[in-house]
Amino acid sequence: MAITVKKIDASPKMNLLERTYLREILRGLWITNRHFVVNLTRHILNLFRIKAKPGAVTIQYPEQHRGYHKRLRTAHYLAHRENDDGPRCVGCMMCETICPAKCIYIVPTEHPDPNVEKQAVKFTIDMGRCVYCGFCVEACPEDAIRMDSGRLDICSYSREGMLWDMDRLLANHHDPAPYKDEEKWLDEEF
Amino acid sequence: MSEERKMVKVTIDGNQYEVPAGTTILEAAKSVGIEIPHYCYHPGLSIAGACRMCLIEVEKVPKLQIACYMTVGDEMVIYTTNERVKRARKAMLEFHLVNHPLDCPVCDQAGECGLQNYYMLHGLYISRVRENKVKKGKKATQIGPHVMLDQERCILCSRCVRFCNEIPKTSELGMFNRGDREVVDIFPGRELNNPYSANVINLCPVGALLSKEFRFKTRVWYLETVKSVCMRCSRACNILIDYNIRRPWKNDGRRLSRLRPRYNAQVNDWWICDEGRFGFDFVDAADRLTVPLSAAGGAQAHSGWEAALETAAARLRQAASEIGDVAVLVSPRLANEALYLLKRVLAEQLPGTSVAFSSLNEHEPTQDDILRKADKNPNTTGAEFLSLTTANAEVKDHAYLLQTAKKGNLSALIVIAHNPVGLPELYGRGWSEALDKVPFKVFIGTNENETSRKADVVLPLAAFAEYDGTVTNFAGRVQLLRRAFDPLGEALAGWELLRRLGNALGGEYDFGSAGEVFDELAQKEDKFAGLSYGDIGELGVKVNG
Repeated sequence: MAITVKKIDASPKMNLLERTYLREILRGLWITNRHFVVNLTRHILNLFRIKAKPGAVTIQYPEQHRGYHKRLRTAHYLAHRENDDGPRCVGCMMCETICPAKCIYIVPTEHPDPNVEKQAVKFTIDMGRCVYCGFCVEACPEDAIRMDSGRLDICSYSREGMLWDMDRLLANHHDPAPYKDEEKWLDEEF
Repeated sequence: MSEERKMVKVTIDGNQYEVPAGTTILEAAKSVGIEIPHYCYHPGLSIAGACRMCLIEVEKVPKLQIACYMTVGDEMVIYTTNERVKRARKAMLEFHLVNHPLDCPVCDQAGECGLQNYYMLHGLYISRVRENKVKKGKKATQIGPHVMLDQERCILCSRCVRFCNEIPKTSELGMFNRGDREVVDIFPGRELNNPYSANVINLCPVGALLSKEFRFKTRVWYLETVKSVCMRCSRACNILIDYNIRRPWKNDGRRLSRLRPRYNAQVNDWWICDEGRFGFDFVDAADRLTVPLSAAGGAQAHSGWEAALETAAARLRQAASEIGDVAVLVSPRLANEALYLLKRVLAEQLPGTSVAFSSLNEHEPTQDDILRKADKNPNTTGAEFLSLTTANAEVKDHAYLLQTAKKGNLSALIVIAHNPVGLPELYGRGWSEALDKVPFKVFIGTNENETSRKADVVLPLAAFAEYDGTVTNFAGRVQLLRRAFDPLGEALAGWELLRRLGNALGGEYDFGSAGEVFDELAQKEDKFAGLSYGDIGELGVKVNG
């Protein structure tokens, strides 16, 4: 197929009133002031415990969260087996293989149970290097590595602190709290 | 070949070919570049016809035939990829997988597995099996010092059984029970401990027989491979070196992961012995010498190459001019290039040096009629061709050297890749005291040992898989040693180390690579006449001598 060029005229068509400028300025000022007055009133009413809608505020992170979408990829964790405390991970290195950032370091060893055969003895993720693509979750045949912990505050004072070892990954778990406002999140306009 | 083999005309997939009469269809197809899938067939073993993967259609034959067993006939018309054959392959793969556990994520064979590979090419993809799998025997049991058996994964091709029956002729393995309960197992009370046992790991097309040493260390797709030769005995079997340097946390930090045999009909066929296969621990051992050491009056301390070589050169020159003698204990573990440069540097820079040769080393002199040779050095023949062995009347042996040193007649001694102090049973008693009487000792070697600790200057040598070069095997075959990864620390390849030592002694040796050294060697030495580094190739060339 030949390459064709399609010209799109995207400049807004304005009528005479809009082009006179002044009316639009006043309209803008009206919107700003309306929000200011409405929110200030709501805040004052709430302050005196009079029931009203809450006023628009900055979300007080980290005490408050905006509701996370369930598909959001958050900090990794390693899941446990249903019946015992052992990790689900069998050290197959599929996640390590697929990782495009090469931030997963696994050292496997023999599992005492011959039917499990293999387990990870070291499982480290360099969180500072991770790109949160979620390929590791996709690749895992045991559903052992998951990214729905609901934690996004991944920070440290040093590069070494960004290396999450196996104990830390096993201690991390799914936290439903940040997801509970998900419906609201979906309704909100952006 | 004296008599011409009769050729027959065959048509494979519509094209006419001429192949020697008597070859099997599978081999004939392979020779013209058509790969017929197979599990049980191996060119080095007898034909079993067990796996039925190589079914092909031959015109005028009502049923599909197995290509590994049927020989070609004149005017035969063969189809290897028509619908009937493809359907048969799919059906056979489905059959092989009926009781296969599909635990690929924890299976070390994954990535080089026959089932995986053929399933990608000929698989059915949609499983029709609704029945539960028959769970066979035990998971992962150790059946020998190097081999783990997992009966569940076995597809009963019987390659391992035939190998044990036909090559080492020890018959440890057998097939037990029948039908879907058939398993490969070791005979009661036996152990798979023949000297070639680990070859079954490479023979096994699936993950039923795996290496105990390699188990869970890494994944095969992390490995890189170079073609080289084994240095564990004078057979110099052709091998593949699998190494991993990109993921250093794997395999306990060792770079060399495993060795596999490489086919060479002139040397080792398809096999290598277990001693060679697992005898590479010294390469990544903790006692590797990584930096030049010099002991100026006191304990050995790190020093740069410049300083160590200058010290060595000054002391060797001084010793050569004093009353007494400079001696060298040469090792046939060095490659041809290093031996040649050693010979040249000694002749030009330290004339009058007495050369001693010993082929002793710490390995047990095991031998048999299959591959293993009693001489556990890779290059004794190379040293002989360079007249550095006791076959040359001027070259002494280690016993003579010991006597001279005991009398205090040695003013300097260079020991190369030997450990006479640590192995008194082999080299004779009294080396430790004798070395104390030698005022200046140089040790050149890969690993720290009792002898290196007594040396005044220690020069670290690159180990197996760390340098390029050539070795000459017992039959006079020159083969390439290939570098897989850089030498550990500041260690240097033998030729490079001796080149620098020669320059420090006042000579001018200008070589950029092992190939350049070999090409000069080939010009100067009669035995290697007519060879060139570029012509040696993967399988090596036989020396005229």
